[in-house]
Amino acid sequence: MKAISKVEGRVAVLDRPDIDTDQIIPKQFLKRIERTGYGQYAFFDWRFDEEGNERPGFELNQPPFADARILLAGRNFGCGSSREHAAWALQDYGFDVVIAPSFGDIFRSNAAQVGLVIVELPEEQVKELMESVDLDRGSDLTVDLEALTVTTTAGKVLPFAFDESSRYRLLNGLDDIGLTLQHEDEITAYEAARQRP
Amino acid sequence: MAGRSLFDKVWDRHVVRDEPGEPTLLYIDLHLVHEVTSPQAFEGLRLAGRRVRRPELTVATMDHNVPTLPGPVTDPMAKAQLDALRANCEEFGIELHATGSGHEGIVHVIGPELGLTQPGKTIVCGDSHTSTHGAFGALAFGIGTSEVEHVLATQTLNQRRPKTMLLEFVGALPPGLTAKDMILGAIGQVGVAGGVGYAVEYAGEAIRALSMEQRMTICNMTIEWGARAGMVAPDETTFAYLEGRPHAPQGAAWESAVADWRSLCSDPDATYDTHVVVDVAELVPQVTWGTNPGMVVSVTGTVPDPASFADADDRVAGARALEYMGLRPGQAIEEIRVDRVFIGSCTNSRIEDLRAAAAIVRGRTVDPRVTALVVPGSAQVRRQAEAEGLDRVFLDAGFEWRLAGCSMCLGMNPDVLAPGERCASTSNRNFEGRQGRGGRTHLVSPQMAAAAALHGRFVDVRTLAAEAVTA
Repeated sequence: MKAISKVEGRVAVLDRPDIDTDQIIPKQFLKRIERTGYGQYAFFDWRFDEEGNERPGFELNQPPFADARILLAGRNFGCGSSREHAAWALQDYGFDVVIAPSFGDIFRSNAAQVGLVIVELPEEQVKELMESVDLDRGSDLTVDLEALTVTTTAGKVLPFAFDESSRYRLLNGLDDIGLTLQHEDEITAYEAARQRP
Repeated sequence: MAGRSLFDKVWDRHVVRDEPGEPTLLYIDLHLVHEVTSPQAFEGLRLAGRRVRRPELTVATMDHNVPTLPGPVTDPMAKAQLDALRANCEEFGIELHATGSGHEGIVHVIGPELGLTQPGKTIVCGDSHTSTHGAFGALAFGIGTSEVEHVLATQTLNQRRPKTMLLEFVGALPPGLTAKDMILGAIGQVGVAGGVGYAVEYAGEAIRALSMEQRMTICNMTIEWGARAGMVAPDETTFAYLEGRPHAPQGAAWESAVADWRSLCSDPDATYDTHVVVDVAELVPQVTWGTNPGMVVSVTGTVPDPASFADADDRVAGARALEYMGLRPGQAIEEIRVDRVFIGSCTNSRIEDLRAAAAIVRGRTVDPRVTALVVPGSAQVRRQAEAEGLDRVFLDAGFEWRLAGCSMCLGMNPDVLAPGERCASTSNRNFEGRQGRGGRTHLVSPQMAAAAALHGRFVDVRTLAAEAVTA
């Protein structure tokens, strides 16, 4: 996993609650056996019509949101299916951070595993950030995982909480399996003590 | 010491390592694997030169993208994924219930059926409906592909201890109502994010009265209101279901296992972070109207007016859902016509579900405008149903009788809705496009799906012949 500490970049706004992982990456793209290349399919049914043309009304197709690295979304983002492909698709599309009032539990775990930064802020702060975005020219934000802050270009600083061990892993780009295997003797001892299953 | 809940007891047994500030390292007793969320995990093992730590605690099946009509897999990508699973299981020494083996089926149907799912176990799978196995008093939850790889390599997972919730169903379930109505009603009450961050214990008289298969339906849909795991304390119903199954303990080992399992109930003074009560005494068959499982009403009701919702986001989402679903506020649910009926999925594809649907269907015919599909949850369920003549009941009425798999629950195989088609479905998700791009899904019980197939619209199953309702 690539280490990540600070993301400064363009913001995209997707102000809808309960965006499920079926929308983030529709099932027809889950048959691939690779881990990469899912960005082109992110939000596919929302981004494109049945003929494959971009839907001009869809939020992420707005020119000021092009090249966005930070996604601002509604509550319960990533609910539903456990498909890690959703986190892969968001990352491959270009997002390094998703900011929302709350997240689906499995999506949150998956994001932590792959280094997609999940920032939870109170609903009113997320709404405020959404309203501050310049829909004509686009806006930027800075998300700092060292300082645990979101900073607007106007200088407003919003602190956020983050799981400390996940943060350590993200900042250092550490492999979760490698860390666990440092405790392999404890796993073996547990198995021996339990003698089952 | 304060009393411990069922969750506490199962969690505490599986703690390998617990250091302040770090997630708990939790031992996993059973890892279920399927073709869609595992290929990248096996590839990760290969790239890192790692092995599967406990292949004998790992069991694989083919379910998500297998066709339900006989013949070869014609979709080259689905075939490549199924071939990859077969090759990975061979390479890493994992038991695979492949298509045609006679033991294949939806991962959450075959686990219990084979007796692999047992009280007190920790069970994971790269699938959010792993919560199903909690019906046995197991701690079971869905994980992503990186965690699949982690479990393969270490037989453990790093987990933060979730908060606990007691969801108590009070009142007796009226005739004609099912576990599906109970859980849909509960989700309507608590909302689709009501369980985020919690492990839930389902309790109450109405739960005790349910069969194991109905308890599985309840636990299955736990993730649909945001909770990762839902559990039911094991009891005589649980033990009777498990006894004699291929992987259940035998002889003296059975006796000692049951003695241990009896201890897996919450202590009378156990505490929970949250307590929710759902009254089922007045429950009416449930039908979803929108694009998430919390958008649900009684079959006797009408499509709600989103403008009446208290929350601004709910108003926008509700209006969007109605547009997608092609419905208008105030429309009677019983006036909504359906094009397709799907009886299947890890929620409602077990033998009792098929019996209940067949009891409604017997001697009647499917509305000529409706295409109706029955997809048994496993090869074993299919054999059992055929032995009981249920296949004839469905076929004679005009249903299609298919091979086992996930099928139209998520439409990864050829079983999909066409744009604009409306489906009464016994599955678990009515998300946009879930059953096929532009498809419109209404979640219902097997009985309600069967009744919709016969009438070409939603009907209150309680108004059908009494013998069918109580059968």
